[in-house]
Amino acid sequence: MFEYAPAPESVRPQINEHYGLFVDGEFVDAEDGAVFKSVNPSTEEALFTVAEAGEADVAKAVAAARRAQEAVWGPMSGSERGKYLFRIARLLQEKAREFAVAESLDNGKPIKETRDFDVPTAAQHFFYHAGWADKLAYAGLGPDPRPLGVVGQVIPWNFPLLMLAWKIAPALACGNTVVLKPAETTPLTALMFAELCQEADLPAGVVNILPGAGATGAALVDSAVDKIAFTGSTAVGRAIARTVAGSTKRLTLELGGKAANIVFDDAPLDQAVEGIVNGIFFNQGHVCCAGSRLLVQESVADEVLERLKARVETLRVGDPLDKNTDIGAINSAEQLSRIRALTETGAGEGAEAWQPACDLPERGFWFRPTVFTGVQQSMRIAQEEIFGPVLSVLTFRTPDEAIAKANNTPYGLSAGVWTEKGSKILWAAERLRAGVVWANTFNQFDAASPFGGLKESGYGREGGRQGLEAYLDV
Amino acid sequence: MGSILSGAEAAALVRALPGVDAVGLEARAAGLATRSVKQESKARAIDLAISMIDLTTLEGADTPGKVRSLAAKAVRPDGDAPSTAAVCVYPSMVATAAEALEGTGVKVASVATGFPAGQVPLDVRLADTEAAVRAGADEIDMVINRGAFLSGDLERVFHEIAAVKAASGDARLKVILETGELVTYDDVRRASWLAMHAGADFIKTSTGKVGVNATLPVTLLMMQAVRDFRAATGVQVGVKPAGGIRGTKDAIKYLVCVNETLGDDWLTNEWFRFGASSLLNDLLMQRQKLKTGHYSGPDYVTVD
Repeated sequence: MFEYAPAPESVRPQINEHYGLFVDGEFVDAEDGAVFKSVNPSTEEALFTVAEAGEADVAKAVAAARRAQEAVWGPMSGSERGKYLFRIARLLQEKAREFAVAESLDNGKPIKETRDFDVPTAAQHFFYHAGWADKLAYAGLGPDPRPLGVVGQVIPWNFPLLMLAWKIAPALACGNTVVLKPAETTPLTALMFAELCQEADLPAGVVNILPGAGATGAALVDSAVDKIAFTGSTAVGRAIARTVAGSTKRLTLELGGKAANIVFDDAPLDQAVEGIVNGIFFNQGHVCCAGSRLLVQESVADEVLERLKARVETLRVGDPLDKNTDIGAINSAEQLSRIRALTETGAGEGAEAWQPACDLPERGFWFRPTVFTGVQQSMRIAQEEIFGPVLSVLTFRTPDEAIAKANNTPYGLSAGVWTEKGSKILWAAERLRAGVVWANTFNQFDAASPFGGLKESGYGREGGRQGLEAYLDV
Repeated sequence: MGSILSGAEAAALVRALPGVDAVGLEARAAGLATRSVKQESKARAIDLAISMIDLTTLEGADTPGKVRSLAAKAVRPDGDAPSTAAVCVYPSMVATAAEALEGTGVKVASVATGFPAGQVPLDVRLADTEAAVRAGADEIDMVINRGAFLSGDLERVFHEIAAVKAASGDARLKVILETGELVTYDDVRRASWLAMHAGADFIKTSTGKVGVNATLPVTLLMMQAVRDFRAATGVQVGVKPAGGIRGTKDAIKYLVCVNETLGDDWLTNEWFRFGASSLLNDLLMQRQKLKTGHYSGPDYVTVD
């Protein structure tokens, strides 16, 4: 009766046909001339071509970053560095619409999320860290903390611009220069950010952007940087740790997760259902801290599942640029096949899959929101990170059992607790082995709040006062 | 519907309802408010909203002449625009409204029970209700006894609503919770369930006479309550936000909430209403804009 007409976002950002590597303040092609394509995952059409950085390009970029760090950025006063960061933050705000659309095109995530979350939160990270630049002596990390030097940063494809901001803003605020490798499927907003750095008159070499795949990342890890900051899979994180071991390079890792979202019987149920949906279907579930395991108390399990399914039926899957789209495209064919493979093992191991009745576009990479019930702790879908819109539902009988099941994972990035009882929140938060515990909410982020994991979810913190330590010699 | 519960049972049930997380509820309402409703879906939403209006005048200065002109506008707001659902007046104006609306399909709604404060003895409130029904009211908008509710006397509130329901006879009963005076979401949910158990045909947010009237989160919460009540009892109850809804954009946000919380079953003026006076003209102006492609102005819709 009340269907929403298509409401496509009308702004179209300037997207070049070809982008170079951003080295020493200029766009240049790769030494060996290598090029790759970036694809719009919602249509499978190529968006642009981009140079692929090889070992020689990495060396050039690191050398440029070293010169800039020693001659310009390191000696610069904190308040001057702060001015540049404030300028970058303001420019991001001014170009928010263009960045939001570009991110949606290149990544496949809905415009609603890039517009209301990715871009504003990225700008907030620059504003927040701009404020720290001249106050580092008061961060509680010693009277005169020093920058580390040149930082190599490797970021994932799930929040391309936001992860860039999480990495670059604190590094620059602390006086480091950076060489950043965006993910091979989502380099667009990083390259637009490079253009923005030119516009902000940021000194050449302070920020270098090197698009590429795994080989580029490996070359960066091997290069003459002082620190590596990596966000991505646990397997790659482990390989990086092995490479860096024994050297003087510092390392922070933000890796995978298999977060438990615990719903007690005294939870505010309608809001808990919203939190479950936001926890696993936000960004198509491409979130390292996604609430991919729902632990619900047996006494309310049927009621929660009934409400959850009714709610998931209202999710709108489709064109990422439609303002009413809740769930966009899966980022790549490779990720889609990984999600499919893991969900097939779920069905094979005896869990029951449920999906809402919704039409999917014919072209592009799509996956219906999926809820698995009857999941047991021993199944692969309860143990392994799926990184897609797939929720595994488990039940528990007592609070102790909930905590035991929640902690029974190699990961430890995040967790959620739903109860109206404050004492139970504190009791649970004390016992959960996770870097972040959300109470009566999920997937909330703030530049002032440190984020990071335990166990196989990595080490080091990003954001807040604690996040500065990762970029300072204290 | 007759209540199957005693007052004590209803009060106990209502007290045991789980809490509402205010942050989460408001975030959900804000999320629904970002839906973009354009073109033909906007045109349909505008006509639907017009058909759901209880066109209201509740002033001390109301006269039969004012009520007659309001009735005429309710029947034929503008060109081929649909009629509103009802005209809502004080009991003394019911006879005039009933005469003006006879045979048009537009209902006569009357506030009653010592509106807006309800601070008069119960027998006076019941007599008020009976008089309105006798004069031709199809619908009664009653106020609950907020004093009794806030002092914890839920049984009394239950019995009073049941008594007004009995006094209303065949008229449909809308129970005004006055959410701006209940303040907390927990109490809004309790009052909603209490009213429904006591026989409400509609639950309504506000009188329009206090500082805080209908808000999107409060109305969303009441929608969740009627959804859950039908799931529990099989009885469908309507929702009426009232007060402060002035613009087309606001009205569409409420319709989006109905659409995504309650679905088609509630997307008719049988089960969803807007209590409003100035909203109609804004809807009519937006309607003209969609038809002609340009904005007119307040002189191109009638004042009443």
